Amino acid sequence: MNRRRVNVRMPAIGGQGAVTAAHIIATAADYEGYYAVSNPFFGAEKRMAPAESYARIGLEPIYDRGEVVYPDVIMVFHPQVITMGKSYTMPFYSGIKRKGLIIINSEEDLLEEHDKEYLDSLDVKVLNFSATKFAMEVAGTELATNMAMLGAFFGATQLVGKEAIEEGIKARFLKKFVASGGTASLDSAIERKFKKKLELIEKNIATANAAYDFAQKWAQEQGLEPFLAKPQKVSG
Amino acid sequence: MQETQQVQYNRAGQRVVSPDYLLFEAPREKQFMTGSEVVKEAVKRASVDASVSYPITPQSEAAHLIGELWVEGYVGVYFRGESEFGVMSEVAGCAMAGGRTITTTSGPGTLRAMENFPMWAGSRLPLQLVLMARGVNSPLTIQPDNLEISFLLDTGCMVWHAENAQELFEMILAGFVVAEQPDVHVPVITAIDGFFISHTREAVMLPPDDIALPPYDPYKAPMPPIDMEMAPGRFLRDPYVMKSNYISYASHTSWQFEVRSAIERSRPYAKHYLRGLIEEFGNPEAEVVLIASGTAGAQAKEAAIILSEDEGVPTRVIRLKTIRPFPGEEILQALRNAKYVFVPEFNVIGWLEREVRRVLYGKTDVPIVGSPRVAGGMTMPPEVIVKEVLKTLGKEAKHVI
Repeated sequence: MNRRRVNVRMPAIGGQGAVTAAHIIATAADYEGYYAVSNPFFGAEKRMAPAESYARIGLEPIYDRGEVVYPDVIMVFHPQVITMGKSYTMPFYSGIKRKGLIIINSEEDLLEEHDKEYLDSLDVKVLNFSATKFAMEVAGTELATNMAMLGAFFGATQLVGKEAIEEGIKARFLKKFVASGGTASLDSAIERKFKKKLELIEKNIATANAAYDFAQKWAQEQGLEPFLAKPQKVSG
Repeated sequence: MQETQQVQYNRAGQRVVSPDYLLFEAPREKQFMTGSEVVKEAVKRASVDASVSYPITPQSEAAHLIGELWVEGYVGVYFRGESEFGVMSEVAGCAMAGGRTITTTSGPGTLRAMENFPMWAGSRLPLQLVLMARGVNSPLTIQPDNLEISFLLDTGCMVWHAENAQELFEMILAGFVVAEQPDVHVPVITAIDGFFISHTREAVMLPPDDIALPPYDPYKAPMPPIDMEMAPGRFLRDPYVMKSNYISYASHTSWQFEVRSAIERSRPYAKHYLRGLIEEFGNPEAEVVLIASGTAGAQAKEAAIILSEDEGVPTRVIRLKTIRPFPGEEILQALRNAKYVFVPEFNVIGWLEREVRRVLYGKTDVPIVGSPRVAGGMTMPPEVIVKEVLKTLGKEAKHVI
């Protein structure tokens, strides 16, 4: 399958860091030499309410903007996206493309038979894995769930290696950038928890790496090929 | 006296360089940032004297970041106005006082401030408004619907429409340079579709931040600031108005024509600093043409790629960078062998379709399809444009979705 672009949709609930994850995913892909763009869903997000973000990664310049209506990959950050319909699209996999991938932060299988039939008909693979458990075990906080999710994304799609992920995480937490008030306060909460920013970065990277290894192994077992060819030249 | 070569520095200690050097020649480095952050980067390099802000989604971050520049010493005056109406009045005062002035707003804020935009133009203030378009209708939306741009088309301000963060950066800098030309000297509104640009993070190429535009020289203005003592304002004041309405009519009319002429005179400058008033994208022989501006232009490009490469329907895009002045001649020339024209838009009324029809009326037989159109800030996936084109051509979709 010759893709030019991988479009990623990340349904989550407010406070889980899906916007941060999209930011890091795009930064890491950009570092690897792909064209990349990230954006949040534009609304009045709040804790525990639906929140969504998007990343687009391509071999050619990306003009496309806004919500990803036809994703290649869907990353479900919270079981409530499925169980309580906390999603902007119903069902949460609406628009998924052929040979797509769904990563769900849950150890339990939350899909109904008719969901599976539909996804099978499109040859969509589903990875159930507890990103929150990874975050608790490796980073010691569920706030690193987004790191496990993005690690699993890159592990399963094989778009970038661990070095690019590290660069993405460092760029997000070391470079001064603008965040909404809510994100800024979460950042400071998480900083207090880790005492030091560098420790935060290390634990985030460790969480992403652990999930990366797990998902890479899974992808090999499933016979998944890398989602895109390697970039020919460094963009920009 | 012996001549020495002078290197000039602005208030922030940045080296002053020519607009051409800043826009076209200076080395550039890649940064990964949002459209809001790019506004800050542009203002930082623009030797700005004054900015007044008022919060409204989605422009609040950009307004906030201009405030940070004031803290850092890059902007001379910065404060928060009482409302958008207050802001647009206050920036007029800053510009009348001779300062290079910029502000930002969105959607309902634009409408609240509306009275001021024709006032800016009639007063010949080379102000810049960065407009991050958002829906203005009820029920409320904070999403990127660009209906408000149509309300600004006849205010006497130049209206430019950027496709992405990179172009917004160039347009903010070029905007001051073009607006401040003595034979132009009218306000410029640099518009983007809110959120699609302001909140999207992408790669942009930026020149160093220790260089900046030459400061605004108010003595090069074509006229002193207009107040009630100064023509043509003076003409409208009591003796004339009281004694002859006809003098009032005549001065108002001629001045309104002059403001529109000033926009027309901006063409060569805009063409130079924006590298053309339009961008042509795709196979130049393609018979299907998408005419669009802003984010619709970006979506049209994606659709043209899908149509040309996957669906076997060669398609190209004519993307407009300026809406005022409207590049009618440029569009007519670029149409060439076109058989179909589609105008995809992010608003319910199709203001760009209206503009396109107006300039093409009687000059071409090409059918103009004002579609697809989304509103309320809904996204327009390129697949939707592809489907519309295929449907009109009576073709089956081969690959879409």
